Amino acid sequence: MATSAPPRGYRAGRSRLPYLLTLPATLLFLAFVAAPGGYALLLSLQARKVDGGLLAAGSRTVFAGLSNYTTALHDTELWRSVLRMAAVGAITIPGTVGLALLFALLLDAPRARLTGFTRLAIFLPYAVPGVIATLLWGFLYLPATSPIGGRHLDYFGSTTVFFSVANIVVWGAVGFNMVVMYTALRALPPEIYEAARIDGATELQIALRIKLPLIIPAVAMCTLFTVLAALQLFNEPNTLQPLSTAISSTWVPLMQIYTDAFVNSDVHQAAATSIIFAVGILTVSFVVGRLVQSRLDAAQGGRG
Amino acid sequence: MNTTRATAAAAALAGTLLLAACGSGTSGTSGGSGSGSGSSASGPAGKVTLTFWDWDPGMNKVVALWNSTHPDIQVRLSNPAGGDQLVSKLITAHQAKQDPDLTKVEYQSLPGLVSNGVVRDITAYTKQAVADYDSATLSATEFQGKVYGVPQDFAPLALFYRADLFQKYHLAVPTTWAQYAQEAAELHQQDPSAYMTNFDSADPGWFTGLAQQAGAQWWTTQGDSWHVDINGPATQQVASYWQGLVDKGLVQKSPSFSPQWNKEMNSGTLATWISGAWAPAQIGGIAPSTQGKWAVAALPGWTSGSAATGVWGGSATTVTTDSAHPAQAAEFATWLNTDPAAVTAQVQDINIYPASTPGRSLPILNQPPAFFPNQPGFYALIKQIAPSARSFSMWGPDVTVTFAAYSDTFGAALQNGTPFTGALDSMQNSTTSDMKRLGFSLH
Repeated sequence: MATSAPPRGYRAGRSRLPYLLTLPATLLFLAFVAAPGGYALLLSLQARKVDGGLLAAGSRTVFAGLSNYTTALHDTELWRSVLRMAAVGAITIPGTVGLALLFALLLDAPRARLTGFTRLAIFLPYAVPGVIATLLWGFLYLPATSPIGGRHLDYFGSTTVFFSVANIVVWGAVGFNMVVMYTALRALPPEIYEAARIDGATELQIALRIKLPLIIPAVAMCTLFTVLAALQLFNEPNTLQPLSTAISSTWVPLMQIYTDAFVNSDVHQAAATSIIFAVGILTVSFVVGRLVQSRLDAAQGGRG
Repeated sequence: MNTTRATAAAAALAGTLLLAACGSGTSGTSGGSGSGSGSSASGPAGKVTLTFWDWDPGMNKVVALWNSTHPDIQVRLSNPAGGDQLVSKLITAHQAKQDPDLTKVEYQSLPGLVSNGVVRDITAYTKQAVADYDSATLSATEFQGKVYGVPQDFAPLALFYRADLFQKYHLAVPTTWAQYAQEAAELHQQDPSAYMTNFDSADPGWFTGLAQQAGAQWWTTQGDSWHVDINGPATQQVASYWQGLVDKGLVQKSPSFSPQWNKEMNSGTLATWISGAWAPAQIGGIAPSTQGKWAVAALPGWTSGSAATGVWGGSATTVTTDSAHPAQAAEFATWLNTDPAAVTAQVQDINIYPASTPGRSLPILNQPPAFFPNQPGFYALIKQIAPSARSFSMWGPDVTVTFAAYSDTFGAALQNGTPFTGALDSMQNSTTSDMKRLGFSLH
């Protein structure tokens, strides 16, 4: 970085450049994040009220203060939906990251055959849109259409439903994460392995004690992505809902928000719940981000 | 500088978004002035193009009939969604003043759409049309003396059964609910993989119809005030009856209109379907290999000899408050549902049972729906049961909340084996708390 003081005019000219360069991003952020966010905040402080007449044709919007927020925070069903989301996340996060890591290490093993085909096969589910994937799995789960034992195993039982939903999420996400980790593995210098082999390390030891620590940053990034995806769980349960009695219209928080806005036509309540949820997500991603960063620092410190 | 202009543009953009936000917050100020999404073609010659949302599969043919005979009022049909999804689309589009001129609305959704300011009072344009309807039918679209829609079809509940399976297992067509339960037990005993029907927790329409048959009035009004009685004795009777069948394992628990249910309907796992008069139009898509195997009978009664039945669905053609051409739109709605040629086309292409009284005597009703070639007297039977169909005297303004509560709580009851009566209490509570929150007066 050049720190020597440049001529005055030059510096003034250059100082505008960063703003100019970030302008498109700023504009897009304002139009598609800040403005809708502000609108949601406004909506969340309002409520629809009817006045006079049996049907009160032409209701009005009134200022509601924080009442939508207190309603949401006192809604036991919302908290239960958070727990259900957490339960699915408890399966999908280790499932996705663990399997992706396993597949990446297996593909990177020197004796692996047909790696190109296998890599594509594992990645392919990621290319299937979530709704389509869910419909596909729905047919596999339902007793009347199931080729995987739906008659004997109830895929939509009170407990099994969590695994059924998580399975679809993991199936769709493993491929992408595997590619990220595999790319990180391929970027490692092969001399390290050579040194390890000379020292008498087995392939398993190389994988666990050399490759894994070196690609921890990629694993950490995948974990963060998977956590964020788990918080936004919506497509899979929402698409499965009409197929089974096991999933209610308020099964996860995003489904509850959707139901409030588009079934009960209460966009104000939906906005308040969204904002609470957004704050929750920011907090979780901040904490997870911090955690990951500290582990990374520790790992780097250990190496250096 | 470029930057300042861009900043100004950004500010303007953000400002517009915020303005749009504020504008859409106040609903219900209505129409007349604004033009609907597609009703832009009002040229100087007086030619008008109306937009029409409808999910009936054969409606395009009926609309083509109108367009060929009415060059000055052209109707453009689109099918953005069906049922409750269309209701939320209408409410959302209304916030942006983008609703079509005309839309199909099921009777139970109409009060809610009126309350949201979506549907327009068309009393002034329907003075002639209302003469074609009996008061029972008209009560579904006329509230406190104002007409909000022209009734399209009427859908009394009937018992649709697999004639071939009934013959195979020597079952009699049940006339009472007690007999229905007996036959269900007998069928399941003879073939453990067969069930009389399914308890559908996904679509509340059939259950609501059964509650109506038992005499329930979920909503009643007194002046401007409401009374909600969803967990009353009549509905509890219906819930307990079905609880009994579910507990004994005599009915399936699969939600209707799911791939599982389609397969069961197609394969003969399910022997009956309690459904509205529109069922023939649906079964063709649900169970295509069963053509000619179904028959229709009157719904079993609670006591022997009772002819009462309920209603599932039925709809009206309505004009929105966003329409810039309410007179022309009402003219089309009237034609669609009272003109003999239009109604004949709808019976033929959409399998509706007409709501208008003259429509029910059209010659087209002498032939059965295409999926029921074995039952030439199909519409004669519907005509016979229609007069004894009970509906609620009034549907509530937040039926979507009630219906969502039905799916969630009955689904949970089936899943966890908890009592159906508890599900009814939840429906009652969700409905009343939502109405109170919106500011309706309850007594």
